[in-house]
Amino acid sequence: MAEKKYRVVHYLNQFFAQIGGEDKANVPPLIQEGAVGPGRALQQMLGEEGEIVATVVCGDSYFAENIEAAAEKVVELTSPYRPDVFVAGPAFNAGRYGVACGASCAAVSEKLGIPAVTGLYQENPALDLYRKRVYIVPTADSARGMKEAIPKMATFVHKLGLGQELGLPQEEGYFPRGFRINQFAERSGAERAVDMLLLKLRGEPFQTEYPMPTFERVPPSPAIKDMVSATIALVTSGGIVPLGNPDRIEAASASKFAAYSFAGVDDLTPDAYQTCHGGYDPVYANQDPDRVLPLDAARSLEKDGAIGKLYDLYYVTVGNATSIANAQKFGQAIAEKLKAANVDGVILTST
Amino acid sequence: MVHVASIVPISLTVGANRIVPAVAIPHPLGNPELPEDEERELRLRLVRRALRALETEVEKQTVFAE
Repeated sequence: MAEKKYRVVHYLNQFFAQIGGEDKANVPPLIQEGAVGPGRALQQMLGEEGEIVATVVCGDSYFAENIEAAAEKVVELTSPYRPDVFVAGPAFNAGRYGVACGASCAAVSEKLGIPAVTGLYQENPALDLYRKRVYIVPTADSARGMKEAIPKMATFVHKLGLGQELGLPQEEGYFPRGFRINQFAERSGAERAVDMLLLKLRGEPFQTEYPMPTFERVPPSPAIKDMVSATIALVTSGGIVPLGNPDRIEAASASKFAAYSFAGVDDLTPDAYQTCHGGYDPVYANQDPDRVLPLDAARSLEKDGAIGKLYDLYYVTVGNATSIANAQKFGQAIAEKLKAANVDGVILTST
Repeated sequence: MVHVASIVPISLTVGANRIVPAVAIPHPLGNPELPEDEERELRLRLVRRALRALETEVEKQTVFAE
């Protein structure tokens, strides 16, 4: 029996803390001594070795509308209890509650330097927001799965509380956090790959060592019926910017995109434009930036009446080791702006 | 949207629905080895093809190689 119990602080929303329903969803974070609601079941499973010393409670709407301030407050309320582990939820498939659990765990774990765990359903939007920063145990989609979720979370809290090292996600039963850990394998990559291939050919299950990212699919936009009156915009990931790169778009891992007007310009020349892309030989693009952003060709088609109008602004970023999350964000933002400007079609050029 | 892309497999992987293969990574819409007027002509052809892609109804990812 451990001489000193490890200390746990638990986070719950207003509903599970039995304060109230939607009418109490605007309650700011508050703290209660000891275990509350599902925390009592959790406490039972932790037994004599761990103790839930306090429970932080916050209304779901309050948290969702003030994420940073609320998480900060949770840290402030938790800190005096000097916990060894922080646990939140489980929140199942509840969106606001899931975000509250994820954000609380992330803030407490990062500010107080202790491990944190929550429980979410696989499709809870908070999963992708926080999986890299905290341990998240898979649960059912509703509170009907509480009975199964509590023991799983208790096992986790227990291990973290005792300072035990956690193994791989599939061994310990949490959502992969996206970390890569070096390890020595007994057999070479070639042998392992052939084994996988044979399993695949036999139609048997196998586990990849390198899962590919999944990309969103969007339905194709309808064809442009009347090109001669359409407004067409140019967009590029090839880094063509006004000379001097005024917005300082990064040469790699771009954190932003920019829009520039080329109204009145018929041709991109090296005295006014350059590339700021760090992932290809810039010589050819700097000699003639039209080789990446074909303004001269687009202008001549506009003059010939092949298109109605070339949109005055072009959008640019650098596609060089850019994170998928950033690329999606840029794409969505650019698309919204172009739609708002009644642009009918876009030519996106990539190096 | 039409993606004029030097590396078509990447464009397919990330999910572009209309794709026009470009010339090369450092000069997708040009070829420095050609005389200037021929290079302009090449670029015009690629942009025209991009417009044709936008005018074409597609149900799945389509590469406009011609």
